[in-house]
Amino acid sequence: MGKFTKSGGREMPALNTSSLPDLIFTLLFFFMIVTTMREVTLKVQFKLPHATELQKLEKKSLVTFIYAGKPTAEFRKKMGSETRIQLNDKFAEVSEIQDYIAQERQSMKEEDQPLMTVSMKVDAETKMGVIVDIKQALREAQALKINYSAISKN
Amino acid sequence: MARKKKKVPEINASSTADIAFLLLIFFLITTSMDTDKGLARRLPPPVPKDQEKKDVEMNERNILVVLINSNNQLMVNGAPMQLGELRKKAIEFIKNENDDPNLPEREVVDVEFFGPMKVSKKHVISLQNDRGTEYQAYIEVQNELVAAYNEIRNEISKRKFGKTFDELDEAQRKAVATIYPQMISEAEPKNYGGKK
Repeated sequence: MGKFTKSGGREMPALNTSSLPDLIFTLLFFFMIVTTMREVTLKVQFKLPHATELQKLEKKSLVTFIYAGKPTAEFRKKMGSETRIQLNDKFAEVSEIQDYIAQERQSMKEEDQPLMTVSMKVDAETKMGVIVDIKQALREAQALKINYSAISKN
Repeated sequence: MARKKKKVPEINASSTADIAFLLLIFFLITTSMDTDKGLARRLPPPVPKDQEKKDVEMNERNILVVLINSNNQLMVNGAPMQLGELRKKAIEFIKNENDDPNLPEREVVDVEFFGPMKVSKKHVISLQNDRGTEYQAYIEVQNELVAAYNEIRNEISKRKFGKTFDELDEAQRKAVATIYPQMISEAEPKNYGGKK
């Protein structure tokens, strides 16, 4: 009855890994495409508020960001723990927003300028006083399209 | 002279996987997958400095005043309210289906696709907040108001076109937006309530 039992252990065939680099490359390209590198280093920390009726920000090139929140731990000694505004890479006052917006607008293509959107990334616990000031500054700067950045709540 | 064909040595490709892995990990780390989302709003244009502030006369029935105080409490048209009730109230206010004299007046407007429709086009939801209001509370209220508009827009789109508002094409969307125009006014900042 030894017909079916082969003598000599069967050897496990080596797994063909020649397509592995290709697979990894596909993954790599996927991530390269979806990646948006962070352009600014955040100096304030914020937890965005939650909301349900959200719209996506379409073109990244049209969007200017304004951050506001408490300074991160390393800046807390210098700046205190009051809510601060961050434009680009540095802390700023409300009065500087107008110049900042004008500058950002200058750097855009002319046909894109009316489509400029300002996205406000503000900590959920911020008092509205700061935000009202920012909004007034944006109005003065004629940046009327704004977007309150939020996280979707399911 | 029959020369032997030289064999081209094969390139050892076993390390490409490692190289690709390294790159992959680099991009994985630097990736921030969060697509930016948010509530889109339009600010009113700035008031010219030389222009005196004048209160525009508005019929009281056309305004829904939503107030948030520094303790994040909500008051709608003079009565305190829970956040959960706001959406219903706003929908009732915008639609005014029974032509209630206390709710916004409606005019007959000729709308594309729909024909003559009664539109409460003068209504305004005036959102006022204190400087001490928390941002989260403010966003929640904004969210409820936008949700109210989305809900009634979706409802009429579904009934007329069998699709949600987002799926409509440009012209249809415009027609629906004419019937239910979004009028959320973020008032000039004022100070309400004590603590700052």
